[in-house]
Amino acid sequence: MSSRIALALCVLLLAVAPFTLSPFRLGLLAKYLCFAIVAVGIALAWGQGGMLVLGQGVFFGLGGYAMGMYLKLSEAGSAGLPDFMVWSGVEELPALWKPFANPVFALAAVVLVPGLVAFLLGLLVFRQRVRGAYFAILSQALAAAFVILLVGRQGITGGTNGLTNFSRFFQLDLTDPNGQRAVYAIAAVVLGLVYLVARLVIRGRFGRLLVAVRDGEDRVRFLGYDPAVVKTVTFTMSAVMAGLAGALFVPIVGIISPALLGIVPSLELLVGVAVGGRFVLAGAIGGAILVNYAKTAFSEDFAEGWLYLQGGLFVLVLVFAPKGLAGLVTGARERLAARVRKERVA
Amino acid sequence: MRSRLLKALTLSLTLPVVLVAGCVSEPGTGASPGVGGDGIKVGVLHSLSGTMAISEVTVKDAELLAIEELNASGGVLGKKLVPVTEDGASDWPTFAEKAQKLISQDKVATVFGGWTSASRKAMLPVFERNKALLWYPVQYEGLESSPYIFYTGATTNQQIVPALDYLAAQGKKKLFLVGSDYVFPRTANKIIKAYAAAKGIEVLGEEYTPLGHTEYGTLVNKLVDAKPDAVFNTLNGDSNVAFFKQLRSAGITAAGTPVVSVSVAEEEVKGIGPDNVAGHLVAWNYYQTTRTPANDTFVKAFKAKYGVDKVTSDPMEAGYNAVKLWAAAVTKAGSTDVEAVKKAAGGIAIDAPEGTTTIDGGNQHVSKTARIGVVEPDGQIKEVWSSGAPITPDPYLKGYDWASGLAP
Repeated sequence: MSSRIALALCVLLLAVAPFTLSPFRLGLLAKYLCFAIVAVGIALAWGQGGMLVLGQGVFFGLGGYAMGMYLKLSEAGSAGLPDFMVWSGVEELPALWKPFANPVFALAAVVLVPGLVAFLLGLLVFRQRVRGAYFAILSQALAAAFVILLVGRQGITGGTNGLTNFSRFFQLDLTDPNGQRAVYAIAAVVLGLVYLVARLVIRGRFGRLLVAVRDGEDRVRFLGYDPAVVKTVTFTMSAVMAGLAGALFVPIVGIISPALLGIVPSLELLVGVAVGGRFVLAGAIGGAILVNYAKTAFSEDFAEGWLYLQGGLFVLVLVFAPKGLAGLVTGARERLAARVRKERVA
Repeated sequence: MRSRLLKALTLSLTLPVVLVAGCVSEPGTGASPGVGGDGIKVGVLHSLSGTMAISEVTVKDAELLAIEELNASGGVLGKKLVPVTEDGASDWPTFAEKAQKLISQDKVATVFGGWTSASRKAMLPVFERNKALLWYPVQYEGLESSPYIFYTGATTNQQIVPALDYLAAQGKKKLFLVGSDYVFPRTANKIIKAYAAAKGIEVLGEEYTPLGHTEYGTLVNKLVDAKPDAVFNTLNGDSNVAFFKQLRSAGITAAGTPVVSVSVAEEEVKGIGPDNVAGHLVAWNYYQTTRTPANDTFVKAFKAKYGVDKVTSDPMEAGYNAVKLWAAAVTKAGSTDVEAVKKAAGGIAIDAPEGTTTIDGGNQHVSKTARIGVVEPDGQIKEVWSSGAPITPDPYLKGYDWASGLAP
């Protein structure tokens, strides 16, 4: 019963935020929500599935660039080139860009491109029974390679600068506070949906199978299931979530660049989940929001030494709560239950 | 049982929201942004962490020195300047976010900040949308003129073109281009190739490496095989250390094949090691050794504030100038209002450490004297050529026939 109250309270808070926060702060909150969407995917893949995904930046980026390309083209007009192509010496719109002028194609690409990449990669990797540290290293290397590719192809991708300077998101004017509120609302709704989907998955048969794969992959195989399929499907879901988050990030923050997608940002996504607690969805969401909020707050108040505070927070949580903040709560709950049982026995 | 867990998590969700809500209410100011009861707030936005910190912190220091000097002499419009420092963290979206924060939360009168072109491109829409002012203090690739940015570093016709003229005058006919892989080197090389094509100079090779790259064996081999007369170097940051070391061990000498660098200043020479780079050329508008009375004062004041072992460099000087130029424009306008300052800024001149610099009201760049220097074994840079007088800024290279195909 009170879990519903808690959920209602969360929804209420997210609902009143647009009316109490300044547009700037609301934009920051919307950005945290994007990271929370990625966090749900990470909690699914890492917390439930035991796949340490160190390269979610790749999928975040694929979604982000798909959206950014559409927005760039919609502003450049029918014949125009995006601004960075002009100063990179590109004279004709590259073939890769052309379909992104179509909003339906772009929106589909936001979901399908990260999903497809993760699916193919997953099939390849999990069929070969690559797991544990090897999978983690592979996903991280992918993030590094992706960044080098983006930076190297400046004429097509905007290079280090990435894609910037967006003023419209479909019918919404991003310079107008109401437009910004609407984008925030979309992010909040998407987070809600992603959370519900992940919850359904975890509570269902598939979720139990996933946990079983995490805890004893070989046993699951002997029982007649194919762990590679289970893992690939989960990895794909987490990639799609990251792609959605990337696509929302673009209108909210107004930029998508390789600096957001490399090894370090991919690790930062993971840090939020680790701090909040990777075994509980709500923990992962809360952790992502908390860690990113702390980053803003620390860097605003202590511009010179905020990284130490951020690092300190991470170390403290991992030392005292290896399962994250949510783990603290679960632990306390279990201890309490044990004591109640003991008293009953006595 | 699950409920308690959720409750606690709700708290962790609520906390940031409540805290954020707590810092929203700030009184707005009227027509003159940044002006509070006792002072004028100005933003200082550079990378204090991450790969760019080593360079950007020195610019921040120079800007804070200029602010301190202005305050010591009575402030601006009779009010003290209050710097609000933010960390861009070598991350372009963070630059945009912090710029927005300085404008809408702190309501600063102006912002001094940025180094990389990527950070400028990320901040540009923020300043244009909010109709706020940014002073950008680093030499860059040109082809830009935002109405809400003042550029106090060199544009291409004040640094790269004079460097090419110098090489041509030295009889260098074959060039090899080396750069970091981002917008500035790529655009710079586009300009260099257009110049070379028009002046009968041959470009033997054009190589890019990612920022932070340190393995130059292959590239140096290619360079040795190509046998250029000179190398044009647009590498940024610590890549220069590896590049110059490997160049030296491959037997390339400054006497035989000089390297002209446009992103290596006193601070970077310290990092590369003067031994590795001595004798090679650099192109800037200012050196610590530049002989003007204003520079004597600047260097002395900087060392007094930050330590005798500190060096001053071109971007630091441009950051220092930015603060002084803005203050002069505000004084002339009698207000910190952005449009009034922009209007007043045209034609304003100050006696800067590099000599007189004047704001061009049209493109909001400043006139600068071009200087070619040679790195000395002690890490200082000796001027070997100068344009004599300040060069009028021409970001789109409209005054050069060979560059007609470059500007959009």
